[in-house]
Amino acid sequence: MLIAVLSCFILACFAPWLHRLGGRQSGWLLSVLPAALFVYFASLLPEVSQGGQLQFAYPWFPGLQIQLSFLVDGLSLLFALLITGIGFFILVYGGRYLEGHQSLGRFYIFLLGFMGSMLGLVLSDNLISLFVFWELTTVTSFMLIGFNHEQEDARKKAHQGLMVTVMGGLALMTGFIMLGLAAGSFELSTILASGTLTEHSLYLPMLLLILLGTFTKSAQTPFHFWLPNAMAAPTPVSAYLHSATMVKAGVYLMARLHPSLGGSEAWLLILSLFGAVTMVTGIFLASRATGVKRVLAYSTVMALGTLTMLLGLGTEKAALAAVTFLLAHALYKGALFMIAGILDHSAGVKDFRDASGLRASMPITTVVAILASLSLAGIIPLFGFVGKELLLEAVLTASIWQIGLTIATLVANIMVVLVAAIMALKPWFGPQIETPKKPHDPNVALLVGPALLAVLGLVFGLAPALAGNGILTAAASAVYGQPVTIGLSLWHGINLPLMLTISSLIFGLIMYRFWAGWRHITRFMQTAEKFGPEVIYERLMLGMTTFASWQTKTLQNGYLRNYLITTLGTVIIIVGWALLRVNQLELDINFSDIKVHEFAIVALLILSAIIAVMVRSFLAAVAMLGALGFGVALLYVFFSAVDVGITQVLVETITVLLLVLVLYRLPEFRSLSSSANRIRDAIIAGITGLLMTVLILAITSARQLEGISDYFLQNSGPLGHGRNVVNVILVDFRALDTLGEIFVLALVAIGVYAMIHLRTGALPVTNSDRRAAFTFRRSQKEKMKADEQAQKEGEAS
Amino acid sequence: MTTLMAILIGTFYAAAIYMMLRRSVVKLVIGLILLSNAANLLIFTVAGLERGIPPLIPKGQDVIAGAAADPLAQAVILTSIVIGFGVLAFAVVLIHRACEVVQTDDMNEMKGTD
Repeated sequence: MLIAVLSCFILACFAPWLHRLGGRQSGWLLSVLPAALFVYFASLLPEVSQGGQLQFAYPWFPGLQIQLSFLVDGLSLLFALLITGIGFFILVYGGRYLEGHQSLGRFYIFLLGFMGSMLGLVLSDNLISLFVFWELTTVTSFMLIGFNHEQEDARKKAHQGLMVTVMGGLALMTGFIMLGLAAGSFELSTILASGTLTEHSLYLPMLLLILLGTFTKSAQTPFHFWLPNAMAAPTPVSAYLHSATMVKAGVYLMARLHPSLGGSEAWLLILSLFGAVTMVTGIFLASRATGVKRVLAYSTVMALGTLTMLLGLGTEKAALAAVTFLLAHALYKGALFMIAGILDHSAGVKDFRDASGLRASMPITTVVAILASLSLAGIIPLFGFVGKELLLEAVLTASIWQIGLTIATLVANIMVVLVAAIMALKPWFGPQIETPKKPHDPNVALLVGPALLAVLGLVFGLAPALAGNGILTAAASAVYGQPVTIGLSLWHGINLPLMLTISSLIFGLIMYRFWAGWRHITRFMQTAEKFGPEVIYERLMLGMTTFASWQTKTLQNGYLRNYLITTLGTVIIIVGWALLRVNQLELDINFSDIKVHEFAIVALLILSAIIAVMVRSFLAAVAMLGALGFGVALLYVFFSAVDVGITQVLVETITVLLLVLVLYRLPEFRSLSSSANRIRDAIIAGITGLLMTVLILAITSARQLEGISDYFLQNSGPLGHGRNVVNVILVDFRALDTLGEIFVLALVAIGVYAMIHLRTGALPVTNSDRRAAFTFRRSQKEKMKADEQAQKEGEAS
Repeated sequence: MTTLMAILIGTFYAAAIYMMLRRSVVKLVIGLILLSNAANLLIFTVAGLERGIPPLIPKGQDVIAGAAADPLAQAVILTSIVIGFGVLAFAVVLIHRACEVVQTDDMNEMKGTD
């Protein structure tokens, strides 16, 4: 099973070479794989149709409960057969359709990659690996929609499809994690066996998130807009991904999870409502469109809505209707899309209005098109008829909104008949008109797919038990959660559904007669589309980029103090919140143990810090800093840090010298900021200072663990053979740190030297430059000395 | 004493932040110096203040008999002081050079990339 899925990816890697090897027949060559896989899956049929389940598991990330496990039951086998079966025809068809295209090899890579991903998706037993395959189908779909990447339009539409489905994919992942937690397992077979989850407290959020994923993937209103736009892809891709397989991934997932998540009020309401709305919206838009592929795309939206609605109803009949309709739709829609491709390929026709009377020059294509369209219209004895009867029966016995859903289905059916009539009649009959290319029946590679699919629609219609007993009942049982006992039959007798079918047929044909008028009446849609979901999507994307550029400009504005304010504001809020909520301000305030000389030093330090801030003269500020540094050194000495005190004195001396020597030629302090800014900064600085004070008090009263200092105190004598513990730490226990420190100082010295000596020649040399250079040279000697001294410091300590 | 030190450190931080928020690049340097002093004292205070018991082992002994001040914090601060000085030296020269090239110490005017 693993080999079956992986073989597609492996073949995808070698596709370009095989393509070069196969030349014109490369499509046939590559299609051997899906054919072989189809045979393999078909060989599993007898066992699965008995109600059996096959499981295969390969460990992947055992620690994370992720494994590559596969589950083959009726539902997944139905999909696997569709994917490989239609995939076979698509490869044959695509090889000829894109013959001579310079990136046909690339096309094969993505198509085979998609086939593998889609197989993985429907066969996965593990939620996480299912999700991985789910996203892989999104990525390959993106690549295939944007196949003609030189066209900006194709790129834009590929991007749109990607964004919509990836957004849903994120929601889906969250939903999956909730589902896995709620069910206690990420294995679908375990989840399905453990019964319904509708009573779980996470049920509603999990359901909504998963449905968001499936609705975006399966193009339910209001996300339906990406699917017609995905028609920018080459026609074989549209036939395969965006009609027969990938867009049904959402439907597959809903069907798969129906036993666990279905049956609740929420499930029933959401799915049947969105399904019905999508069904009517899709077919209404299809009836208005004139582009061949657009009409088909919108009618696919309608089919996806119908499937969602049936899954929402969730009765035994609805489950059977869903899988029957799904198979029927895959057969006729795959065929019709390929015929749309033939129209384009052989006659250059992309719009129904540009084609008429082609039956004389394309007789075989005409027959195939009519056969497939009859199935679409649901006319006896085609398989579409069986699906449509079941659909009507399921809707008529629905537990809610019976009348509403029936009317919606009836309206949809009328317009489906219209669409089928357009497809079956418009290009082929009537007066012959000039087409961009000379029309002719295409090569067998292009015809074999649609012809066989259309004929299968007829065969399954005449002998429904062939499909029904083999696979559909097993698939419906997997959806329903219990064995389904109803069989399929072509003739249900003269009943209400039949009446409805006949009346929709009549009304549909009348609508076809007045098709141009209908489009004229409904032209208000052009205005309505300006407020449609696609426009909202574009606004959202635009808003996102506008927001991104706004926040980049605001946050990354290049002003140091704005960065500081942002950072400090965040620190103040987060740390302040933590102090208030977690620590609850248990502060250890104690002024009792202060000695007079310590108090005097601290008071002097505070004073000198304040003066350093206030003074206008740079030299005064430096003097204050010097005083401050020496005061701090004294504090170190008072509190048992002799080495630190000595170092501080040395460094402070050099610092003051450095500042005076280097910076004294700089301009005097000026008042650059407004007083409002000063007050703002003072407030921020004050709050930060207060926060630090409170933080220290909170920390010192909340120390919980013993430090590691004891180790150094105990061992610096025996192990380090030194009596100054601080020194032993620096040169022995943490010697590498000190080495790094020396390295840093060496780098600083090199940097300083370079900045003073290596001047760019391009700069104009002015008198002030020369003066500055002189100053620098003088100060530089001092600095080098200082650096060396500091380096010695590092080494010595 | 910790309380008093906490107030001192808070003042240092406030002064440092205020100076770093100024437009003059020289004041930024002063802010940096204040900030590194504040950070050093913060580590020092949090490790615990002890009077008159430096972590020195008396002659002829292998370990300190009684209590001693935290040697690790002192080692960290030592490193920090020296590194702080290195950063300062580099910053000072860099700033001087920048002022020389762009003829201003106002950071609002130091915006171009060339």
